Amino acid sequence: MQTWIEFLSFSDPGTQVVTLGSILLGAIASLIGCFTFLQKRALIGDTISHSVLPGICLAFILSGNKNPYVLLIGAIISGWISVLVSDIITRQSKLKADTSIAIVLSFFFAVGMMLLSGIQHSGNVNQAGLHHFLFGKAAAIVKEDVQMFLVVGIVILSVVLIYYRQFKLYIFDKDFAQSTGLPVKLLDFLLTTLVVLAISIGIRAVGVVLMSALLIAPAAAARFWSRDLFKMLLLAVFFGGVAGFFGAMISYAQPNMPTGPWIIIVLTLVAFCSIIFGQEKGVLQRWRKRRAFQTKVLKENILKIFYHLSEQSGNLESPRKLADLQSRRPIVRQELNRGLRLLKQNNFVQKHNENWQLTSKGMEESKRVIRLHRLWELYLSEHLNIASDHVHDDAEAIEHILTSDLQAQLENLLKERDVDPHNKIIPNTKSNI
Amino acid sequence: MSAVWIILVGCFVACSCALLGSFLILRRMAMVGDAIAHAVLPGIVIAFMITGSRASLPVLIGAAVTGMLTTIIIELLHNKGGLQEDASIGISFTFLFAIGIIMISSLAGQIELDQDCVLNGELDYLPLFTSDLSIAGEYIPRNILTIFPAFLIIVGFIVLCFKRLQLTTFDEEFAAAIGINVMVWHYLLMAAVSLTTVVSFEAVGAILVVAFLVIPPAAAYLLTNRLKLMLIIACVIGILSSIGGYYLAVFTDSSSAASMATVSGLIFALIFIYTKIKQISKTKNVEEYKEVKA
Repeated sequence: MQTWIEFLSFSDPGTQVVTLGSILLGAIASLIGCFTFLQKRALIGDTISHSVLPGICLAFILSGNKNPYVLLIGAIISGWISVLVSDIITRQSKLKADTSIAIVLSFFFAVGMMLLSGIQHSGNVNQAGLHHFLFGKAAAIVKEDVQMFLVVGIVILSVVLIYYRQFKLYIFDKDFAQSTGLPVKLLDFLLTTLVVLAISIGIRAVGVVLMSALLIAPAAAARFWSRDLFKMLLLAVFFGGVAGFFGAMISYAQPNMPTGPWIIIVLTLVAFCSIIFGQEKGVLQRWRKRRAFQTKVLKENILKIFYHLSEQSGNLESPRKLADLQSRRPIVRQELNRGLRLLKQNNFVQKHNENWQLTSKGMEESKRVIRLHRLWELYLSEHLNIASDHVHDDAEAIEHILTSDLQAQLENLLKERDVDPHNKIIPNTKSNI
Repeated sequence: MSAVWIILVGCFVACSCALLGSFLILRRMAMVGDAIAHAVLPGIVIAFMITGSRASLPVLIGAAVTGMLTTIIIELLHNKGGLQEDASIGISFTFLFAIGIIMISSLAGQIELDQDCVLNGELDYLPLFTSDLSIAGEYIPRNILTIFPAFLIIVGFIVLCFKRLQLTTFDEEFAAAIGINVMVWHYLLMAAVSLTTVVSFEAVGAILVVAFLVIPPAAAYLLTNRLKLMLIIACVIGILSSIGGYYLAVFTDSSSAASMATVSGLIFALIFIYTKIKQISKTKNVEEYKEVKA
């Protein structure tokens, strides 16, 4: 507990640097991650992040020190080469994109590990800390690093802002972007460069192995809250920053813990929650929508039963037993009870002893649904020349979906027709009398 | 003698991986193999915590279960969660791998696993960990005792079930139509990949397994269109990379596992260039022939 308070008070200037650095890294990676995510190239991040390792090691071997800018240049070069190589393999051979990605990432990583073990065996004193690139260590971030993150962050942000509209068009519809004369090659080059840049600095916090998640998870999470690109970017950056903050905190409290895995755990949990609770096609929201529609269908089908029964005997107002209702249409008892209870709440039906009866509002509604069903059947057989014994199933589905606008159009098209293809009367409702 | 053991372990890993990797590539599941290789880590750590050893049956079962769990999570995120497939793969394996690393870090010093071993394996220290068994006065490294049986299981699996694997790989619908349970074979293959990953993991580390799974089969696929030949060529490439990699490692004083993977990548590059040249000369011949005819 003591350590958390210490951390949150930022009494140690080192803590400020580390925290700021992690937040920046998380935010930058998330921003760029949204673009690769939307391009459905999320795994290219995995390739690049594994592939920057040999570049970093070579830069270290050649320069002999750990100057962040020198290592960054090495990382960018080998990251770019990996993208090019996997592109060439995919285009020039029968291997598929996922295979070439896996080949490139494992090969580059192997070379990187070879160089790294070679450096470690060489006994160079400067090499201590180089292995932090594998799993990330926020605590190893110093002031010069943060300055570099700021510079890179500003560069990335300004490129994204300047080319925002072009990027937007490019990622959503590449062919259309090309046909409108956008410089697609340039955009592709810029985006790949930004991805490589973001990854090259991001691995300081989460390491090469888990870097791809820092790109994917915030984007995936944000996607379930908004369809608007700008909002999605803001949200993803927020998620990434929060995760970076959390990672720095854990790194401070538990110096033995690598930071990367914790950042990724936080981000993945955020993504899981978003997938479940998200307002934009989240699992729960989709479930709720489906449930609401099923309920609507159930209610309308029960109302239709009353109408159909009235065509056989009695009239629309006649009270009906549960067994009567079930005899017309196979509905499970439980569902029927649920539907009737809901209809009662809406004041469509009322209960007398054990019998159910439509209210005047309910009668109108049942006529409306039947009317839509029969109008649609008539439309299909008259205007689309579908045999009259084939139109029922289609109408059964569409009657719950047709809006009043469409109803008006249908009525306009089928003026003064009052019999459906099965010679049944199309009921009139108050609204169209 | 240690050189022989290291190369031998490398060969068994390479061959098991090459055999299974061929099917992964043909099924377009190379990245799923990558995901499984990462994601078995928490399974290994948990089973290791319970049993205290890395070579036991529970560890193998635990890891095989985690491997299958990974594919199930990927499918859940993709089908039920509505997340695009590449992102589902990317999120699920990093999550499981992160859990595994955190477990290892919090148990640091208590168990015989560390982050370095996760990435690099301990192929170079093989002669240090010997078993009680010996042949002609040489103690056999304990790695051999897990990798060799696993290799036999994989070879047996592929040989015995070759027809079904082939059918479900190339024409899933036809296989289903003649009554083969496609899902069972899908998960059996995933379990086999997990098993191989776990036993190889100890020797070459989590990520380099991917190199052995993907690179030799991909190179073999460039050379042939026949499955049986592809399997054999992939194994040969795997064996060559193990031998070449060992000597490269000795020469450069670096990790054996990493240089074995590097050599397999170089072999792939050679084969890629070779097929390219052949293709170019072929089109040239056709053009010349056309000119002559004209």
